[in-house]
Amino acid sequence: MTVTPGWYMALSAVLFVIGLSGILLRRNALVMFMSVELMLNAVNLTFVAAGRELLSIDGQVSVFFVMVVAAAEVVVGLAIIVAVFRRRKTASVDELAELRG
Amino acid sequence: MTGTLVSLAILLPLGGSVVLLFAGKRLPEPLAGVIATLTVAGAFGCAAVAAVDFLTGAGEALTVRWFDWMPAFGVDASLGWDRLSALMTLVVTGVGALIHLYSIGYMKGDARFGRFFTYLNLFIASMLILVLADNFAMLFVGWELVGLCSYLLISFWFERETAAAAGKKAFIVNRVGDVGFIVALMVVFAHFGSFRFDTVFESAPEVLTTGTATAIGLLLLVGAAGKSAQLPLYVWLPDAMEGPTPVSALIHAATMVTAGVYMVARTGAIFGMAPIAAGTVAVVGAATALYAATIAVAQTDIKRVLAYSTISQLGYMFMGVGAAAYVAGVFHLMTHSFFKALLFLGAGSVIHGMHGEQDMAKMGGLRRKMPATFATMTIAWLAISGIPPLAGFWSKDEILGTVFERGGAWTVLWGVGLLTALLTAFYMTRMMWLTFFGEPRWDDGVHPHESPAVMTIPLLALAGLSVVGGLVNTPFRTTLEHFLDPVFDAVRLAHVPTGSTAVALAGASVIAALIGIGLAALRYRDRVPDETGFAWRLMGRGYYVDDVYGQVFARSGKLAAAWLAFRFDARGIDGAVEGMGALTRKTGGWLRPIQTGFVRTSAAGVVLGAVALLGWFLWRGGL
Amino acid sequence: MSGERAPMTFPILSVIIALPVAGALVVAAIRRKELVLPVAVASSLVTLGAAVWMLVDFQVGEAGFQFVEQATWYQPWGVGWHLGVDGISLLLVVLTAFLFPIALAASTAITRRVREYAMAMLLLEAGILGVFLCLDLLVFFVFWEAMLVPMYFIIGVWGGERRVHAAVKFFLFTAFGSALMFAGILALGFLGGEGGPTFDFVRLLDADLSRTAQFWLFGAFGLSFAIKVPIFPFHTWLPDAHVEAPTAGSVILAGILLKLGAYGLIRFCLSLFPEASVSLVPVLAVLAVIGIVYGAIVAIVQTDVKRLVAYSSVSHLGFVVLGIFALTSQGLQGGVLQMVNHGLTTGALFLLVGMIYERRHTREIGQFGGLGAVMPRYAGIFLFVAFASIGLPGLNGFIGEFFVLIGSYLSLPWYAVVAALGVVLAAVYLLWAYQRMFTGPITLEENRGLRDLGVRETLILVPIIVLILFLGIYPKPALDRIQPSVDSVLQRIEQTTDYRVPDFGTGMAGYEVVP
Repeated sequence: MTVTPGWYMALSAVLFVIGLSGILLRRNALVMFMSVELMLNAVNLTFVAAGRELLSIDGQVSVFFVMVVAAAEVVVGLAIIVAVFRRRKTASVDELAELRG
Repeated sequence: MTGTLVSLAILLPLGGSVVLLFAGKRLPEPLAGVIATLTVAGAFGCAAVAAVDFLTGAGEALTVRWFDWMPAFGVDASLGWDRLSALMTLVVTGVGALIHLYSIGYMKGDARFGRFFTYLNLFIASMLILVLADNFAMLFVGWELVGLCSYLLISFWFERETAAAAGKKAFIVNRVGDVGFIVALMVVFAHFGSFRFDTVFESAPEVLTTGTATAIGLLLLVGAAGKSAQLPLYVWLPDAMEGPTPVSALIHAATMVTAGVYMVARTGAIFGMAPIAAGTVAVVGAATALYAATIAVAQTDIKRVLAYSTISQLGYMFMGVGAAAYVAGVFHLMTHSFFKALLFLGAGSVIHGMHGEQDMAKMGGLRRKMPATFATMTIAWLAISGIPPLAGFWSKDEILGTVFERGGAWTVLWGVGLLTALLTAFYMTRMMWLTFFGEPRWDDGVHPHESPAVMTIPLLALAGLSVVGGLVNTPFRTTLEHFLDPVFDAVRLAHVPTGSTAVALAGASVIAALIGIGLAALRYRDRVPDETGFAWRLMGRGYYVDDVYGQVFARSGKLAAAWLAFRFDARGIDGAVEGMGALTRKTGGWLRPIQTGFVRTSAAGVVLGAVALLGWFLWRGGL
Repeated sequence: MSGERAPMTFPILSVIIALPVAGALVVAAIRRKELVLPVAVASSLVTLGAAVWMLVDFQVGEAGFQFVEQATWYQPWGVGWHLGVDGISLLLVVLTAFLFPIALAASTAITRRVREYAMAMLLLEAGILGVFLCLDLLVFFVFWEAMLVPMYFIIGVWGGERRVHAAVKFFLFTAFGSALMFAGILALGFLGGEGGPTFDFVRLLDADLSRTAQFWLFGAFGLSFAIKVPIFPFHTWLPDAHVEAPTAGSVILAGILLKLGAYGLIRFCLSLFPEASVSLVPVLAVLAVIGIVYGAIVAIVQTDVKRLVAYSSVSHLGFVVLGIFALTSQGLQGGVLQMVNHGLTTGALFLLVGMIYERRHTREIGQFGGLGAVMPRYAGIFLFVAFASIGLPGLNGFIGEFFVLIGSYLSLPWYAVVAALGVVLAAVYLLWAYQRMFTGPITLEENRGLRDLGVRETLILVPIIVLILFLGIYPKPALDRIQPSVDSVLQRIEQTTDYRVPDFGTGMAGYEVVP
């Protein structure tokens, strides 16, 4: 059995939905953060797969960009989460509704 | 050589003004005045030496180029030295030097003694720029700068609110006239492509239609009426008497206010092509002459009598230049500057001796206390009244004669002029009697005294000029006319009557003057009549014209401006702007509840949005 | 715009833009608070030195851009680092470099967050210089927007009581215009480029734009510039911003920022959209004349001196716009010169108002009266500057006004006649204000003991006074530099449209004047 691009797509879709569910259902900021990473990597997977299928380097180039951005995001995001946790002693996002209009 | 001298005539007073501006406070009192006087006397000397060539007949008009000024208009900062500007320069610096000298005594002890001479020197320099300009743009520069000096000097004692207000009023009313001048400059440049006098006047006959020439003439008249205090822009001059008296003598009698007359004479080539404009100049002049004379009759303040008298006499000059009697107009300008400066300085001497009193009701009997002042003012009084052979007679008579000679409707103007001559003699006699004759009516504690020599010497000099000044141009010896001939060469001049007509006209003038003097002498000989009736009050207040202006322009103008600023601008335009801001804010308020602040609500929103977009794309026919 | 000089070996224009930025960095590193302002002044003086060097080196009589620096940045988008200066921007660059040291030196009243203040001012200077010097529209836009940020903070942090409101109003007004202009720049870049977009001003001059496109683009650019100038009725941000801004902020705002709008109108609207410009002359001339008269009338009754000066700016900038859209050589020269003049006189007026505010902490005219007796030097300088603003011959304001009035009469006679009324009204509002503040008896005890100007304050004002006199008496050096460039703008309009600069005089060509 050959692994057609469809499989990659399916896997990536599954990963993406898992990540999405994590964001919508979990309350812990850290876990939500991991879910975001999962979604990003799901997309990366499609990029790489599609790039290979279309014999184009563009997919992989895009992945590099996503990875760089994700790394930056991790740095900033984790720092914020840690700072918030230190001050508020909680990582639950429902308690952090400071932006209510 | 001549060019250098002409430049020096301006640079001397200008330099004096700059020096005094920075050093005036540190110099001991009389020194600042002495320096200022010397610079003006030096300027007179330069001008006199430069003018000698004209007298010998060898002199040529010449242009002194200073520097390239506004290239796009092809105009240099340059001076034109011809016979007319030479005459004006001599009058300005000559009378100016005498008044500078007088001011040393008059301003003695003033806290801003040095500053006074700074301004006075600056004025002389500005006035010389005006009369020496060789193009319209430079003329305008001088025109505005003398306005500045007038403003500074009227409000010299700025601690007095009335003085400050008078200075501002003078500047603003003059600016109203200047709008006419500026628009005239626009038309001139659009048609000639040049501001230079020689270019404009030479090509005027080919370039200008009668209509355009009339438009330029009328616009120039607006400017001249502002500067020379003619109807309807005369209202600033009586108020300008708030300034120190030497200023009234120099600026508001002898020199600056005659700038309008000078300008009309200078632009004679244009007025010559525009009979309607020239006629308007004459009519405005005649109307102003009569109108101001009637007001002068009812003044109680000695300086205001002279102020209205000045307006009236300027009216004569306008009548003259309007009738194309340019030599006569300039002649009267010159003689008037002698005797009117003398009258003002004499009045200043009286005020000085009376400790600042200006109300003639509180004077009387001063002739014994102030003999020199009395004697010199008597000469000026007779000169302005038109008694031969004093200066005023010859010049006034020449104007009236020329106007009469033109015939037709001009005869009416002649009649107005004659009536004005009668009134002039009347109010001047009234002033002399109330001041110098009769019993003393001084306030307690006032001890009149004669002024010091530094003040009486200029009086004597001006009195001498008032006696002989008229002899330069009599029907027997037309020296001035010959002198100015080259200037008005290209301009059609009106004719002076000759023979028996001349004698008859002169006789009529003298009789009018004698009637005026006689009536006033009878009326004021032994008493001060009650002059509080309605007609007297009406004339005393100048027919309430100034009050009407105040209501119409100042008061309602301010109301309109306030409406525009605080209603239309603040509520209307800015209201619309702020309203848009408020609307945005309100809309934001309505949408606020959507933002709950819960991260997962926001995330759900993002997901829903993404799904909706995806659905839309699929429904529209695939990705 | 042909005849550009060969690229210079020394990139003077880049240096001029970079110097204030370097100054800001130096200021950021300073530890001692009392050194901040002196260092900032010094660094802006260095910039001034560079600008003066450029001025001296500038070739008189050439219309094209000089000291051109050109480097491609990103070819596919047609973006590059393209700098150049011509007669239109030259004096404005020098004016900018001249006013900043003065404004900074006059900022001793700032005590809170001095370092940030000095940095904001220096960055603002860099932004403004970038706007004047940039010939690439995208980079121009970056500078245009970058300039807003420090100005927003200068008003919003160091301003008066309602500073936040004023700052937001200022920002929103200008950002609204900027948004449109950005759209316009993009559209122009794509419409005007051949084989890919270009944002290079000089290349865009050859763009063949349809009439419709020109109108839309003129609208997008023009609105942004009109707000900045400000042209009536977009002026209401100006009095608010001025009243709330600190002294230096007002000086820069009135002295330079407003000129960016007028500069943009000449540089971009007239040059890039000639057909639309010619068609829209009546609209802009009407608004300009309304601005002249309206601004002056509203100024008359203001009770706050700063508001009064702000409205006088509306009136003066009306003259500038009228001169520009007169589309005559004299009018345009007058417009450009009047920008410089207004920068000097209004800058000086705001400095003077700031000085009295530091003493009395009020700007209400009614709170003064009789100051001439206690502060003679202050009163004298105030009157001097007021007369420069009124347009008294011998002082700079006259030359600009004269050029604008006569120049606009040639093409728009009736507008010029109405505009001449502004000459009267300027005397009314300034002299009346002077009368109420400086003459008469001293009415309030607080005013009795006021200090006259000190040495530092006098030294700040003296350079401006000298320039006012110089430009008033001998404007030729300035005009000689302006004229070729504005003439080339007019020639371009004549080549691309059926507009002809009106003849004047007896059959003389529009450009030449018989000496």
